[in-house]
Amino acid sequence: MDQALAIAVSILFLGTAYAMILYIISVGLSVTMGLMGFQNLAHGVFAMAGGYVCTRTMAEFGVPFLPSLVLAFVVVAAISVAFERLLYARLYGAGELEQVLFTIGLAFMAIAAAKFMFGPISQRVDLPDYLKGQIEFMGRGFPTYRVFLIVVGVAIIAALWLAIERTTFGAQVRAAVDNRRMAESLGINTGRLFTLTFALGSGLAGLGGALGADILPVDPGYPLRHLVYFLIVVAVGGLGSLRGPFVAALLLGIGDSACTILVPQIGAFFVYAVTLGLLLWRPQGLFGRM
Amino acid sequence: MAPHARDAARTSPVDSLVTRHRLRPLELLPWVLVIPPYWLFDTYLPLGSEILIMVLFALSLDLILGYAGIVTLGHAAFFGLGAYTAGILAANGWGEPISGLAAAAAVAGATGYVTGRIILRAHGLTLLMMTLVIVLALNEAANRMGWLTGGADGLSGIEMWPLLGLFRFDLYGRTGYVYAAAVLFVAWIFVRRIVHSPFGRSLTGIRENVTRMHAIGVPVRTRQVTIYAIAAVLAGIAGGLLAQTTQSVALTVMTFERSGAILIMLVLGGVGRLYGAFVGVPAYMIAQDNLARLDPVYWYFWVGLMLVVVVLFARGGILGIVDRARDLVVRRRP
Repeated sequence: MDQALAIAVSILFLGTAYAMILYIISVGLSVTMGLMGFQNLAHGVFAMAGGYVCTRTMAEFGVPFLPSLVLAFVVVAAISVAFERLLYARLYGAGELEQVLFTIGLAFMAIAAAKFMFGPISQRVDLPDYLKGQIEFMGRGFPTYRVFLIVVGVAIIAALWLAIERTTFGAQVRAAVDNRRMAESLGINTGRLFTLTFALGSGLAGLGGALGADILPVDPGYPLRHLVYFLIVVAVGGLGSLRGPFVAALLLGIGDSACTILVPQIGAFFVYAVTLGLLLWRPQGLFGRM
Repeated sequence: MAPHARDAARTSPVDSLVTRHRLRPLELLPWVLVIPPYWLFDTYLPLGSEILIMVLFALSLDLILGYAGIVTLGHAAFFGLGAYTAGILAANGWGEPISGLAAAAAVAGATGYVTGRIILRAHGLTLLMMTLVIVLALNEAANRMGWLTGGADGLSGIEMWPLLGLFRFDLYGRTGYVYAAAVLFVAWIFVRRIVHSPFGRSLTGIRENVTRMHAIGVPVRTRQVTIYAIAAVLAGIAGGLLAQTTQSVALTVMTFERSGAILIMLVLGGVGRLYGAFVGVPAYMIAQDNLARLDPVYWYFWVGLMLVVVVLFARGGILGIVDRARDLVVRRRP
C-alpha cells in the first residue's frame, strides 16, 4: 500500500516537472499558431538553441546557471525576431504544405549546424550545488532540480497569465487570436504584435530548452526528437490558448512518466493512442478557440 | 500567326479535357531510361530497385498530396504495413511474390480506408497530428511485437519463391529490378488513368475550392477517403516490393523520417504533376548515395537548404523550373 503510494507520488512529481518543461517550450507555439495559423515544425530549434546557449556559456565563459537561463531567453528571442522578419513573414499567406516543408527544412539545417558547431554528443549540464541533492518533505525525498523546475514553471505560468489577461498587450493578443481582421480594423498592428509574440514564445522555448537540459539532453537531434511531444501539447491543448496547452502538458507529462514506470513494455504506444483518441473527440483540442 | 498562338486558339477548355489523357511521347521517357541500367550499372541494381520502389511510393503520395491536397506526415504507415505484411508472409512459409504483394496491398488499403474514414474529418494541424501519431503508434507497435515483426532487430528469414515460378531472386538484384520496374509500370498506367478521369478532376477541384465542390454536389469526403485508400494500396505495394526484393524488413520502413523523406523527394520533383515522383526520387536518392557517404551531417544541411529554396523560390520543384525555362524559350521565339 505504502509502496503504491510512493510510486504514485513519484509519478506525479516526475510527470509534473516534465510537464512544466513541455509547457514552457510549447506555449509559444500554441499562441503563434493560433495567431497566424502558421504550421511551425521548427519550434524545437529554438528550444535546442536555448539549451546550447545555456550549456555553452556555462562551460566556456563560466556564467552561473541562473544568468545563463536569462541569456538563453534573451538570445533566442533576439534570433527569432530575425527569423520571423526575414523568413517566416514571407510564408504567412502560403499553403499548409509550404509552411510544413519550409520549417522542416529549417530544422534540418539547424540540426546540421548544431552538429558542425558543437559536435554530435549531448551537452553536459553543470548544475549548481544548490540544485543538487534532495529536499525532504513529508518524510520523502524530492530531487531539488525537479522541485526547482516546478517552482519556475508555476512562476512563468503566473507571469504569462498576468501578461495575457491583465495588460494591454495581452488584450491585443487575445483580440487578434479571436478575430484578426477585426483587430486590425481597430488599429492594432497585428504584424508587430506577431513579431513580439513570436519573440516571446521562442524566448520561452529557449528558456525551456535551457531549464530542461538535464531531462531532455541537448544534442543535434533535439528539434525532431521532441517535436512530436511539443506538437501533441499544442494540438491536444488547442491553438491560441494558455490553459489548453497546460492541461495537455500535464496529461502528457504525467501519462508519459506513468507509462515509463508502470508499463514499460507498452511504451509510447499508449501516449500516441490516447492522443489520437483525444483529437478524435475534440478535433480543435481541449480548449481550442476555433 | 505564330505557331504557339495557333495552338492556343485550337485548344479550347473542352478540347484540353478531351485530349489531356492522350499519351505524349515524352511520357515514355522514364520507361526508356529504366532499361539501360540493367546492363550498364549492374552493380547498382539494388539501388536501382530501391529507386523504382520509392518512385511508386512517391507516386502514391502525389495522389493524396498533389491531387487531393491532403497534407500527411504519416504516409509511411502504409508503406510499412505493406512491407511487414509481405515480409511476415514470406518469413512464415508463403514466399510467392505476387500474392504477397496482393496481401500487402489489401492490408494497407484496408487500414487506409478505415483511418481515412476516421481522420479526414479534421483539418490543418489536427489532421497533420493524426497522420503523424498513427505512423508513430504503428511503429511503436511493430517495435513491441517482436515475436511477429522481429522488433528492433528487423524481420529476418524471408525466403522468396521464384517470380512466376520461373525467375529466382538473385544476389545481384536482376530479378528484383525487373520485377519492381514491371510493378511500377502497371501502377503508373493505373495512376495516370485516375488523375485524368472525372474522379481525378474532382479531386483537383476539392483541392482548389472545397466549398464550390460541396455546392455542386460532389461527395467530398467520400472522394477523399477513396483516394486515401487507393494511395494506401499503392504505398502498401511499394512497401511489399521493398520487403521482397531486399528480403528484410526493418523498423525504419514505418517512421516519421520516411514519411518526411518521401515528401521531400516528391516536392523536389514537383507536386501534383504525376512525373514529379519520377524526377525527384532518382535525383534525391542518387545525390544521397553520393553525398551522404561523404558526410551525413552535411547531407542534412543540403536537404534542408533545398527545401527552403524550393519553398521560397521554386514552388513546383525541378519540373516547375523546367516548365518555366520552356516558357521563357517559347516566348522569346519571334
